[in-house]
Amino acid sequence: MTNSIGELEKDAKCIFVIGSNTTENHPVIGMKIKKNVLYNGAKLIVADPRRIDLASIADVYMPHLPGSDVALFNAMMNVIISEGLADENFIAEHTEGYEAMAEVVKKYTPEYAEPITGVPAEKIRQAARIYAESDAAAICYAMGITQHRNGTDNVKSACNLAMLTGNIGRPGTGVDPLRGQNNVQGACDMGGLPTVFTAYQAVTNDAAREKFEKAWGVPLPGHAGTVLTEVINKAHHGDVRALYVLGENPMMSDPDLEHVEEALEKIDFVVVQDIFMSETARFADVVLPGASFAEKDGTFSNTERRVQRVRKAVSPPGQARSDWEIICDLATRMGYPMSYANSEEIFEELRTLTPSYAGMTYQRMEGGGLQWPCPTEVHPGTPFLHKDGNFSRGLGAFTAIDHIDPGEMPDQEYPIRLSTGRSLYHYHTGTMTRRASALNEHVPAAELEINAGQAAEMGIKDGELVKISTRRGSLKMKAKVTDKIARGVAFTTFHFTETPANVLTSAEFLDPVAKIPEYKVSAARIDKLSAEEMTG
Amino acid sequence: MITLTINGREVQTPRGSTILEACQRNGISIPTLCYDPDLRLAGSCRMCVVEVKGRPLYAASCVTPAESNMIIETDSEGIVAARKVILELLAARHHFNCQVCEKNANCTFQDYCYQYGIKESRYEYGHGAIYEITDPNPFLERDYNKCIMCTRCVRACEEITVARAINVKNRGHEAKISTAFDGNLADSPCVFCGQCVMVCPTGALTSRVSAGMGRSYEVDKVLTTCTYCGTGCTFELNVKDDRVVGVTSDRTIVGSPVNKGALCVKGRFGWDFIHANDRLTTPLIKENGEFREASWDEALDLVAQRLGEIKTEHGPDSMAMFTSARVTNEENYLAQKFTRAVLGTNNVDHCARL
Amino acid sequence: MIEEKRIVLRNADNIDPEDIKDYLQAGGYRGLEKARSMRTIDLIEEVKKSGLRGRGGAAFNCGLKWSFVPPNRGATFVVCNLDEGEPGTYKDRTIVQKDPQTLLEGMAICAHAINSKQGYIYCRGEYPYVVELLNRAIGQAKEAGVLGDFDIEVRMGAGAYVCGEETALIESLEGHRGEPRFKPPFPGVEGLWGQPTVVNNVETFANLPEIVLNGGEWYAAIGAPNYTGTKVLTLTGDVKNRIFIEVPTTTTLREVVFGFGGGIKDDKKFKAVQVGGTSGGFIPEHLLDTQIDADSMRSIGATLGTGAVFVMDETRDIVDIVTRIAKFFEHESCGKCNPCREGTYRAYEIMKKINQGQAVAQDIDNLTVLGRVMEKACLCGLGQAAPSPTLTTLQHFYPEYQARLRAQ
Ligand SMILES: Cc1cc2nc3c(=O)[nH]c(=O)nc-3n(C[C@H](O)[C@H](O)[C@H](O)COP(=O)(O)O)c2cc1C
Ligand code: SF4
Ligand code: SF4
Ligand code: SF4
Repeated sequence: MTNSIGELEKDAKCIFVIGSNTTENHPVIGMKIKKNVLYNGAKLIVADPRRIDLASIADVYMPHLPGSDVALFNAMMNVIISEGLADENFIAEHTEGYEAMAEVVKKYTPEYAEPITGVPAEKIRQAARIYAESDAAAICYAMGITQHRNGTDNVKSACNLAMLTGNIGRPGTGVDPLRGQNNVQGACDMGGLPTVFTAYQAVTNDAAREKFEKAWGVPLPGHAGTVLTEVINKAHHGDVRALYVLGENPMMSDPDLEHVEEALEKIDFVVVQDIFMSETARFADVVLPGASFAEKDGTFSNTERRVQRVRKAVSPPGQARSDWEIICDLATRMGYPMSYANSEEIFEELRTLTPSYAGMTYQRMEGGGLQWPCPTEVHPGTPFLHKDGNFSRGLGAFTAIDHIDPGEMPDQEYPIRLSTGRSLYHYHTGTMTRRASALNEHVPAAELEINAGQAAEMGIKDGELVKISTRRGSLKMKAKVTDKIARGVAFTTFHFTETPANVLTSAEFLDPVAKIPEYKVSAARIDKLSAEEMTG
Repeated sequence: MITLTINGREVQTPRGSTILEACQRNGISIPTLCYDPDLRLAGSCRMCVVEVKGRPLYAASCVTPAESNMIIETDSEGIVAARKVILELLAARHHFNCQVCEKNANCTFQDYCYQYGIKESRYEYGHGAIYEITDPNPFLERDYNKCIMCTRCVRACEEITVARAINVKNRGHEAKISTAFDGNLADSPCVFCGQCVMVCPTGALTSRVSAGMGRSYEVDKVLTTCTYCGTGCTFELNVKDDRVVGVTSDRTIVGSPVNKGALCVKGRFGWDFIHANDRLTTPLIKENGEFREASWDEALDLVAQRLGEIKTEHGPDSMAMFTSARVTNEENYLAQKFTRAVLGTNNVDHCARL
Repeated sequence: MIEEKRIVLRNADNIDPEDIKDYLQAGGYRGLEKARSMRTIDLIEEVKKSGLRGRGGAAFNCGLKWSFVPPNRGATFVVCNLDEGEPGTYKDRTIVQKDPQTLLEGMAICAHAINSKQGYIYCRGEYPYVVELLNRAIGQAKEAGVLGDFDIEVRMGAGAYVCGEETALIESLEGHRGEPRFKPPFPGVEGLWGQPTVVNNVETFANLPEIVLNGGEWYAAIGAPNYTGTKVLTLTGDVKNRIFIEVPTTTTLREVVFGFGGGIKDDKKFKAVQVGGTSGGFIPEHLLDTQIDADSMRSIGATLGTGAVFVMDETRDIVDIVTRIAKFFEHESCGKCNPCREGTYRAYEIMKKINQGQAVAQDIDNLTVLGRVMEKACLCGLGQAAPSPTLTTLQHFYPEYQARLRAQ
């Protein structure tokens, strides 16, 4: 997030939520948004194919079709420019590339966007005006924006909109991705990416690499590595011989599970380090028992870049060990001695190599954590980025972006746009929440959300078992007939091993930059089952 | 700053503070049941009444502004008598079964009964309404036979979670906390965040997941960060005998900068996977398609050997590491360091995108 | 023999309440006209000078209440309390039925004083015909243009006694559960929708046209010095004449009961009189020479309240009556604060026990302790006043209680 969570509760005067079912996926942030809207008078704009909880209190709700985000953003910008609502000073002083962007946006009148997005032109106008006329407007998005073949375009579009109206660098403004997992921010910050070391220092940058070579005492490879989704593809071709999986569950979380399964089977040697025998661990040659968050010390970085302490409360079960201890032991056995007395010692090492974390210490984090960048030990941390419109790279760059259709458009055979996501009561691949007794009792199975009108036409009743199929596979699950989802769209969750939604999704269409699969749109078909099929 | 006299002592307090705040600043303790500094004031429990010289009525200190030169008695005979009557009135319909109550020794009502010596109530004239405990949800127990009608739960639901699932229903003595049609929480806008459990001063609202696992005085509380979504809420793991038995909220801004104690259903009630009986407890090696238990030495030696062989045979880039958005920063740092420095490849990634 | 003095009821039965022309002819709206020619602070000063105190029960100085409204705080509201929930009280209804325009004029005067554009009349749910009458009256006043840019809306009450309490009334007007708010902030500073709001009783408003027209001093010269003017009283119970009267506040209870009331029906003996509604204290024979003004009544442990006068003859069973009253409060407690919610319930239980001859001395003791606490510790006037019938009858009619106790 460029800004802080707390700002959404009071500083933001307008919040534009797109592609985030905030009250279910980031519930506590959802609470703050609701509080701001209902009690502090903030305006709320919601764009989502599902009529999510926040839509019910929104000033404008736009049920746009999955995969039409760019068109929607462009149309809003079209309105803002043509009605003279853009922040010309901000554009002139702090940005570049405006003209090219404006040129593209020109054709996206609300009327032009209406058939693409499914949103009435007048709603787009209203939303654009509310957003542009607000003193401090924030955009919140999540996987609904990124999990598309053009996810990066979507994110850039959001930035375009924010810059166009000068909604950057002040409290209550900004572009705020809500990160899905507790430490996804930290995993990125720490260089858990094929292209960068910690703090996004490129592996291809000689100076950066030399710094790490010196610190670590070994020569390091200077070419970028392979991203997760492509590792799976490479494995198919026999180009990946060994895979070490640390607390991930690609056999649930990755698209096109059949494809993943084949890949894992082809890899010569698979190590899985986890706290449970996950769907992925079954494919391992060696399984190593790790420790849960309650059993170790360390830090997590949340979506607002706040680094906070994790503290050991209980011992790991049996012989299970902290993941860091296992890695150290293994590295040492492989001839590279790694030894730390505790997690704090690791942190002390990493902060010397990580400029944005350099000023943080465990001691300093005691008082509520610290938000990066925090370059020195006297720096108070940074609640919001780009203060006063000062972008790290100088001027904020507009990007001219055109709408493209999702990779898999609905057709006669597969007429439905299927989206996948999460429920309030479960988390990710369900390894933890399915074993949390109360959560699992409350929501024990996945459902397929179908538009009520469409269900009626197909003769599908609420709670009836149906078949959902895509070009990759099919599942049977209970239908949830609802008017909260637009026609032509269906939705299910990917938490349940009994109905692993990712047998349906496609690994084919990746965002060219972020390599994110298009989870939010798969062309699908829903079939009513015969009486035998239902019981069988 | 203004000056006023409390219990014969001259004290100071900032202009605009309430009498309660003035007392708190000056180390004078006042009993409260409905007061919660994070919620809208109710002024309804009347436990915090004090005498203000020149005023015919007792003043509820939580909602009465402190004024210059006020003369206040917080523990006069009349005030103590009033508090006793209030406690006895509540006690007369309270289902005391402290011996099995989750909140024993962590119950504000029990504390005050002790402090004011309420052994029995002179107002036990029949028991009044008796409520059945019926709500079938797996998260929280609602036992309104222990409710003292402080409405903190209602205000927390309305103001913190903004779910507005519960409110006061009926009037007078029949008043009770209920969902819109007195139905189950699952059929209301409730999101089971348990904010109501957090603020409830009695055993009326408790966690079902923690039931019977330990009382507040038996547990150690360890402040930590939630393992689920990226919001980064902090909370306290309650530990008894090396087991997590519950989650409670630290409501200070220092302990809980993001959420100030507010949590969602996963954070508050989704912790018992930690002790699931199918946790992995020992290294496993697959032989002929079957896993068998192994020692750490055997397992790690095997991994070291195989990775070494593959590196020599196929080169470093034939190997990859999936690190995790679930593990700590320190572990992610080591994972990428291991991949780059030991395996010798940049093939390290995690499921940020998934 | 003291006589009636009609200020509030000056037009009663002299004009057609359905026709504003009658009212205008009788000098109506000249008070408002004069008020509008005055600066607001002068107007408030004039009302203060009159000594007019609220006629809804709490007897708070009217001009003083208006003066608490802060200037420049946005919209302000004038609210007329026509909830009239006290059993045995019908004076507000009578005033409105006989002369609705005088209420509207009074409200408009207040509106000028606090610079309000919007008024509300919160009318008791049982008075739908009064709502209709008022709506017609408002229509006529608007048509005649006398209200200027001040608008008045009539709202139907929620049917709970406590909704007559001004802050509960405001909650109810806002569409919430009718529960009192704690004070301060007083409505004058933070009332309807958080904006400064003056809530006055019908009778209070109805005094204003004459006060403004004749000046504060004129009014202050009438009645008792601390509680000036007249009071409308409604006589019920065992009196010969069950009537309504408007008398100077120097009138004594004896004059009310035996003069205007004509004494006890069927020539029975007097036992007690309860003034001010259900929560009023019970007054025995030897205190009947007390003046009806609020302060004098308070000095004998009673209240003037709304001015309901309920007379009981010698055959009345005090314990039984107080038990019924206890039931009323048990039923009407809103349930917000502990001492009232639980206290009214227990008080009723104990009274029932006494009434049934099952109680012992300890029960009376418990009841007394409870009452004393409720008077001082309850959040609103309902709970504070609820014990009054019990405590005053225990004081003045203790033998009747004693006679009911179970032999130990
Ligand atoms: C329980 C309760 C009921 C009340 N009912 C009424 C009522 O019906 N009418 C009324 O004018 N005032 C009623 N009051 C008094 C109001 O709270 C308020 O004092 C009054 O409306 C102010 O107007 P005044 O100053 O003109 O008397 C009631 C008070 C309490 C505590
Ligand atoms: S359930 Fe608890 S928090 Fe809610 S009103 Fe009762 S005692 Fe108070
Ligand atoms: S408590 Fe809920 S909202 Fe907070 S971090 Fe955990 S999962 Fe996210
Ligand atoms: S005194 Fe009674 S009526 Fe008044 S707030 Fe308390 S419970 Fe409600």
